[in-house]
Amino acid sequence: MATNEHTAETVLRSPLGRVRGLGSAKGGTHHWWLQRVTSIALLPLTIWFALAAASLAGASYIDTVAWIGRPWNAVLLLATIGLTFHHTASGLQVVMEDYANVEWVKVGGILAIKAICMMLALASALAVLKIAV
Amino acid sequence: MSIMKDNREATMAGRRSDGSAVKRPLSPHLQVYDMLQMTSALSISHRITGIAWSFGVVLLVWWLVAAAGGPEAFARVQWFMSSWLGLLGLFGMTAAAWFHTLNGVRHLAWDAGYGYDIPTTYRSGRMVLIGTAVLTVLTWVIAVIAWA
Repeated sequence: MATNEHTAETVLRSPLGRVRGLGSAKGGTHHWWLQRVTSIALLPLTIWFALAAASLAGASYIDTVAWIGRPWNAVLLLATIGLTFHHTASGLQVVMEDYANVEWVKVGGILAIKAICMMLALASALAVLKIAV
Repeated sequence: MSIMKDNREATMAGRRSDGSAVKRPLSPHLQVYDMLQMTSALSISHRITGIAWSFGVVLLVWWLVAAAGGPEAFARVQWFMSSWLGLLGLFGMTAAAWFHTLNGVRHLAWDAGYGYDIPTTYRSGRMVLIGTAVLTVLTWVIAVIAWA
């Protein structure tokens, strides 16, 4: 066990643990990396959806439902929904971690964000499936 | 070490590579930044537009759920989205979405190690702003043509 000259504290950490650098969070860069992966995937999907949604402006109920129900549109919509809410939840989590300094507010806030994003994603996905299937 | 009173202390306690304990400095907050500088203004705008978009996606959920619900539910969404408030909200969402998307590409380039020098940072910042304006107008030109 390493002692050091800077403080009198004993380091209760193995050299391997220090090299891995994961600390007590165990997650490492997983959260950060998934934010990047979802953002790359959302880039083409968002451009597609923004332009498609704009071209649906003023479309009737029948035309809109027909557009959502087309197989490729439904698949792309489901992908957009899943990735959007994943990216949203991880982004808002970082905002909570940065600004909420009371532990229960932070943990409660992150859980609430995850719950709301999950419910909204499921509701949207169910709507698309109901129309498309 | 005593019990933490503020969980920010957790981010301040670190270890050097030799294992010795060190108190890390906290990153500076809003008060030290000149918000008229494009770099810091665009940085906080990325977070603000991200949060705004989080609320904006609720409109997308409403639109899809209403479409699945039937003609009456869909008519209510269309009424709201074509109202003065709805159009203002959608326009804001379009601008926020394009800004967050384009500035997100800028962030990905930084993550990959490109564009860190000051002139490039300002140039890419200007490109994001111009791109946001162009794509927002383009999206609404498409919408107006489709609507008409």
